[in-house]
Parts: sequence; C-alpha cells; structure tokens
Amino acid sequence: MSSVANDHAHPHGHGHEHHDHHGAHHGPYGGVMRWITTTNHKDIGTLYLWFSFIMFSVGGLMAVGIRMELFSPGLQVMDPDFFNQLTTMHGLIMVFGAIMPVFVGFANWQIPMMIGAPDMAFARLNNWSFWLLPFAATLLVLSFFMPGGAPGVGWTLYAPLTVQMGIGMDLTIFAVHILGMSSILGSINIITTILNMRAPGMTLMRMPLFVWTWLITAYLLVAAMPVLAGAVTMTLTDRHFGTTFFNAAGGGDPVLYQHIFWFFGHPEVYIIALPGFGVISQVIPAFSRKPLFGYASMVYATSAIAIISFIVWAHHMYTVGMPVTGQLFFMYATMIIAVPTGVKVFNWVATMWKGSLTFETPMLFALGFLFMFTLGGFTGLVLAVVPIDIQMHDTYYVVAHFHYVMVAGALFAAFAGVYFWLPKWTGRMYNERLGQIHFWLTLIFFNMIFFVQHFLGMAGMPRRIPDYHPMFELWNKISSLGAFGMGLAQILFLYIVVKTIRSGEPAPQRPWEGADSLEWTHLPTPPPYHTFETQPVIK
Amino acid sequence: MKGSKLVSLFVGLTAAAASGAAHAAAWYFQTPASKMAQDIDWLHQVLMWIILVIFVGVFGFMFYACYAHRKSIGHKAEQFHENTTVEILWTVIPALILIVIAWPVTKVVIAQKDTSAPDLTIKVTGYQWKWGYDYLRGEGEGISFVSTLSTPREQIEGRAPKGEHYLLEVDNEMVVPIGKKVRIITTAADVIHAWWIPALGAKQDAIPGFLRDIWFRAEQTGTFRGQCTELCGKEHGYMPIVVRVVSGEDYAKWVGEQKKAMAAAADDPGKTWELRELVARGERIYAANCVACHQAAGQGLAAMKAPALAGSKVVIGAEQGPIDTVLNGRPNTAMQAFDKQLSDTDIAAVITYTRNSWGNKASDVQPAEVKARRK
Repeated sequence: MSSVANDHAHPHGHGHEHHDHHGAHHGPYGGVMRWITTTNHKDIGTLYLWFSFIMFSVGGLMAVGIRMELFSPGLQVMDPDFFNQLTTMHGLIMVFGAIMPVFVGFANWQIPMMIGAPDMAFARLNNWSFWLLPFAATLLVLSFFMPGGAPGVGWTLYAPLTVQMGIGMDLTIFAVHILGMSSILGSINIITTILNMRAPGMTLMRMPLFVWTWLITAYLLVAAMPVLAGAVTMTLTDRHFGTTFFNAAGGGDPVLYQHIFWFFGHPEVYIIALPGFGVISQVIPAFSRKPLFGYASMVYATSAIAIISFIVWAHHMYTVGMPVTGQLFFMYATMIIAVPTGVKVFNWVATMWKGSLTFETPMLFALGFLFMFTLGGFTGLVLAVVPIDIQMHDTYYVVAHFHYVMVAGALFAAFAGVYFWLPKWTGRMYNERLGQIHFWLTLIFFNMIFFVQHFLGMAGMPRRIPDYHPMFELWNKISSLGAFGMGLAQILFLYIVVKTIRSGEPAPQRPWEGADSLEWTHLPTPPPYHTFETQPVIK
Repeated sequence: MKGSKLVSLFVGLTAAAASGAAHAAAWYFQTPASKMAQDIDWLHQVLMWIILVIFVGVFGFMFYACYAHRKSIGHKAEQFHENTTVEILWTVIPALILIVIAWPVTKVVIAQKDTSAPDLTIKVTGYQWKWGYDYLRGEGEGISFVSTLSTPREQIEGRAPKGEHYLLEVDNEMVVPIGKKVRIITTAADVIHAWWIPALGAKQDAIPGFLRDIWFRAEQTGTFRGQCTELCGKEHGYMPIVVRVVSGEDYAKWVGEQKKAMAAAADDPGKTWELRELVARGERIYAANCVACHQAAGQGLAAMKAPALAGSKVVIGAEQGPIDTVLNGRPNTAMQAFDKQLSDTDIAAVITYTRNSWGNKASDVQPAEVKARRK
C-alpha cells in the first residue's frame, strides 16, 4: 500500500525506475477511493465518459417527457410551466453535462497516448476539473425541487424572463459557474499537455488530427466560457442586488444579454463540434486504410472555423431588430464559415476515395456523421440567410437544424469514437453485430425525430410550446415515436458497453488495420495503467 | 426473428399515428400573402436547389466510394493524400457560389428593413400573455384594444373537441387594409415576446423598454394566423396573433365601428355599480387576464409564484391592498402592472369578483376607488 501512496505523492510521468517493474499491476487505491483520488488520465477519462453517459440518460429522459406532451395537441401529461422547465434542463444538461464532458473524456484518454506523453500536464487539476462536474449536475437537478421548480426560460437563459424565476434559477447560475470553471481548468490542462509534453519528433504538424482539434477547442473554451460566466453573473445581480444590466427601466438592455450569451454561444457550437471532427478524422482514414486527405488544410480549416466563430454570434439574433448593416455583416460572416466546413467534408470524402473500405460500427457512425452533419450544415446555410431566418427563427426548423449538428454531429462522432477506442481502453472487442444494430436503430430513430421537424418549422410551429394546432399533429406523432425508439436504442448501447467490459473477446493491440496513431502502434491492448513513462521517439 | 417483429410493430404504430391525425399535415411555408413572404419563399427554393445539387454531388462520390472501393471486393487502397489543384478548387468554387447567393439575398434584406413612408402605423405590445394593439397613425388612429386567446380551456384540457383554429384564434383581431404599407412598432411590458405572421413574412421581437419596427403590405384579403415565437413564460404557447386583411371600404367600416364601440364602452366614471354587475364583469376579466396563474378556483400556482386568492388576506382585506397590487403589479414576478391595460371599471370589477368568489366574502370595489389609487 505504501508504494501505491508513494506513487500518488509524486507527479506521474518522470520515468521513475520502479514503475517499469510493476507495469499494469502497479495500480491505484482500491474501491471508490481510486476514483475520488485518481490523478491518472485514463481513470479520469473513464469518469468523464460515464458521467456524460449518466447525464445523457437524464437529459434523454427529459426529452422523452417533452415528446410525450407533444404526442398530441392539448395538454395531457404536464402543465406548460413544467414543460418549459424540461426544455430548459434538457438543453443545459445535454450541452454541458453530456456532450462537452464526453469529448473531455476522449481528450483525457487519448491525448497523452496519441502524443506520447505519460499523463496530462496537471494531474491533480485534472482530478478537480472532473470532480467539479457532479456538484454542478446536482445543482441543476436539485433546481427541480426548489419552490417554483427549475427555471423555465430555455437553455439560453434570456433576460428578463430569468428575473421572474424562483430560486432554481440561482442554482442553475451557480451550476453554470462551476461547469465553466471545470471547462476552463480542463482546457488549460489540455493546452499545456499538447504544447509541452509531446514526444520527441512529434511536431505540431505530425499530431493526429484529434489532438489538433482539441488544441483549438481548448482555446475556444478558454476564450468563451468566462463570457458566459459574466452573462449569468449579471443575471444574478439583476435578480438580487438591484442592478439593471438587462432592464431598460434602469438604463439596461435585455438584448445586451443576448449579445453576451451568443458571443459565448456560437463558439460553443464549435466547442461541441470540433472534437467530433477530430474523432471522425481518425476513424475515416483507419477504415479507408489510407492517410487523411489534406491534413494541413484540415488544420487550417479547423483554425479558420474557430476564428470566424467569434464574429458570427448575432446570426442567432436576426429578429431582435438590428440595423441593416449589422444583419448583412453577420450574414456574410456566417456564410463564409461554409467554406472551411466544406473543405473538411470534401477532405473526408476524398480520404475514402480509392481507399479500401470496411464498414465496422465506428465507420458506420462516422459515415452517419458525415451525411447528417452535412445536412445540418446545409440547413445552417439556409438559416444564415437573413430573410429566410426571420421566417424560421424560433421555430421547429431551428430545433431540427441544431439537433442535426449536435446529435447527428457530436453524438454520432462520440459513438464512433467509443466503438473505435473501446477495444483499446478495455482490452476487449465489442459485439460487432450488436454495434451495427445500435447504429441502424439510432440512425433511423434520429431521423424520425428530427427530419419531420423541418416541416413543422416551415409550416409555422414555434419551438418551446407545449401545445399546438392539429395541422402539426402528424409530424409531432412521428417525432415522438422516434424519440421513444431513440431512447430504447441507447439501452442497447449501455448493454453493449457493459458486455464488452465484462466478457468481450480479448482485443489485439491493433484491431483496426488502418489505425496508425501511437496508441495502436506503440502500446499493448489494454494499455498499462501508466504509459509512455519513457517517451517514444517519433521518426 | 425478434427484430423484424419490432420493426413491424413500429411501422404499424407510425401508420396508426398518421391515420389518426384529423388535420392534413402542413409541411411547407404557408401561402404567401405579401411580396416579402413570396421573396422568402423564392429565396428558399433557389437555395434548396443549389443545396440539393451539391448534396447529391458530394454524397454521390461518398456512396460511389462505399460501393466501388470496398475491401470486400478486393479494392486496394491508394496512398495519395493531397492535391493542391483540387484543394484550391473546392475552396474557391463554394466561395463563388456563396457570392452568387448573397447578391439577391442582400436586396431582400435591404427591402425588408425599409420601414419608411408607411400608410398605417400600429404599435404592438407584448404582455404575459396577450397582445395590445394601438393604431398610432393613419386611418383608424386612436383605436386601441387587447387581443387574447379565445380557445376555451375545455379544448386545451381535452374536455371538448378542438375547434378549427385551435390555439390560433383571438377575441380581437388586428384588422388592416389590403395593399397598404403597414408599419408595426413592437415593444413589450414585461419580458421579450415575438410578433409573427408567417403568411406575411413578418417577424419581430418585442423587447421591453425598446421600440423596434418592421413592415408588411398584404396583397390579398383573408385571415392570417401566427404565434408568439419568443419563450415568454408559462403561457407562451397560448398568445396567438391574428391579422385580418380587408378591402379599403371594409376597413373604413371597421374603423367606424371600432370608434363607436370605444365611445360606447367608455364607462361613466362616476357611476356606482351593483355588486352583482361587478362580479359578472369581473369574471370575464379574470378569465382573460388572471386565470393562467391564479387558476380557475383561485387556488394559485406555486410554479408561477402565484398565491392562492381564495382565502387570501390581501384579497379580502382593506380595499387599497388588492387595488395597488393589480394597478402596480409585483416586481420580478409574472404579476404585471395592469394600470395601462385595464380601465378603472375593469379593475374594480375583477377585484370585486375575487373578493366574492370561492368562499371569499368582502365589500365591493368601485371604479372611483381605483381611480383614487392611480399614481
């Protein structure tokens, strides 16, 4: 035990002699203390991944609640106020609790292994970045049990509606503070790790693209999260301390909140999307048995997207009544984003071109991502056009659009990544047949839920309403049935993962023929608890 | 096989759902009733064709590769990974396409923002959860009314069959003449709302403390329906917008009727009302303004921080208590100031109603008492 404790008292990764003897058996504390005290990037990665799955389930249950109410016109299941609480919390939990942490989980597991580093740069900070999250999630869920319930204001938390809410609003604000803190600490860690801890010979332009996308994402997080913290803090002081940032009666402006929020909110879209792009850029070459096409242009395109994402925020606000020059500026800037995004899609397709393709589950999810994320990108282009957006703004068309980006984009990328790296992480293969069934169910149900919502939005159904005219009934019914199916399909995913961990076939060091980053070429499967204590030299 | 059974069950359910829907499913823009809505429709169609072509092109390559470059048919991977010419082309060509799209769009944007020289100016005020209309300038100047959802609660709660315009019908429709440029000035009393008529291609947020404007020119008569599109609290789904476009003559007639009705509705401020009259009038006011939060039996709603009125000490206490609350509202709650929305008589009536319903018993409140408490 003393040697274990001793191990934890030292920063990892300086190649202590004795580590080599212990190898995989040289482990952490046993039991729950292992997870609370761990500073190991693999353990923390695992924690992030399970945490995000739990949040994904909670947020998913809320979505099922929403779709139950929307199954038929009229009020059947819940009152409108609770409906608003569900839409708000579904959004916050999915964005901050599920999608962002899942990619931090990937970052923790993969970045050190992909750049040949022994661990993350700040191992204890890493532990804290994670353990902030459960507290934030608890605050969010607790808000439902406060007088007045959770805030029913939408995940965007627009002022001045927020001022009318009960104490649940304050819990949500504090939760956002804590989540932001966690993200910033995690990002600092990722940036430092990537810039300082690469193995000799691993130049920036040799890094796997997943590492590149995370480097860029981490900078976005560091720049954007404090802005969100500022916006919600101003809301807090407007609520309790007599300030009037967002109240015209005191010289403030409700629209100011929207500007601040979306200055965070648009980069946030890419914070969610870019790591997914990274995963896809690992998976497609692996199953095409061919190097990524246009590596350098991928790096530049990703950087361009990140930079432009800071000057397009007001395209979420075309209907607030901007001057015509403002509308035109934000429209042109938004349309420009289509160029680097197009470059990425073309590169992925060109990577597949004349490859030697196989279609295991990770590749299926990657293709699903490619196809439907592009669809979401195209509806984004439609929404970039001011006059059309004015017609579609705050309708179900927007709901469909961003779910194509966030679910078919980020979630599909996450599934692709999980199936891709699960053999490496656990040392066992998942059941290929079940994985493929999971893919097809998810694909079909996803499109059932969201494709028809384009129709709803065009026909005039506003978002965030619990009740609607019967002309919208058919699409809502299909959408709701899809949602129930989508929920059930994820139980299959949980079963696949648990079964893999418990009783999957042992996986070889490199189960994917075309995978060529360091974790496949230099490390056994599963990798020992500490890896790359002596850094490899990349030639 | 289990899977196929599940699939057929699902298809069956979906088909049942489809046939169960009473109304034809709407899936595209409503028929445009203004040039602006037409332009939006046209832009959307052009854009969809461009997108379709690109989509088929790109994914044609992808699916062809999936088919022809499979390992299972023995395709060997080539190892190329860059091609400068191709990469420049697929950067420049999309940029050019975007410029081609941006040109006509810019013209529409500029036209859409041009609210100058209107024939008629109407101020629209969003309240939680109804719309106020004030005809500010042009024919009908001075007309002013509040427009509230007229769908009965029984339909919403499933105790009565849903009507033809379920949730898209109001007590007082906004009426405008055909072919005239109507400028809409939006604002709000409490939180942000958004005024939207899809068929006219007009949507504008209504922001408390600020004025914003848009315009439309209706090109056909008829009744056009929309809904609030900015989440504004509990009853956000229940504040529709209805615009009735009529001919010039019909509009003049409507203006005349409105003016007469407004004159007739102006109550004699000195009149002393019977308790019974006030309660009857108050019940209507309550149903239109208060029931969403304070509920039909006056039991209140914790989620909205709306206290029970039945048995409330404030309601049945000294008269200035409820009068001040209704006139000035309660800060930071959905209880808004009704001083500008309701007349002295209406406020007296609704307070008298709450003081004499659900087991409450207290003296009536007369309009003169309300007037005396106005600031």
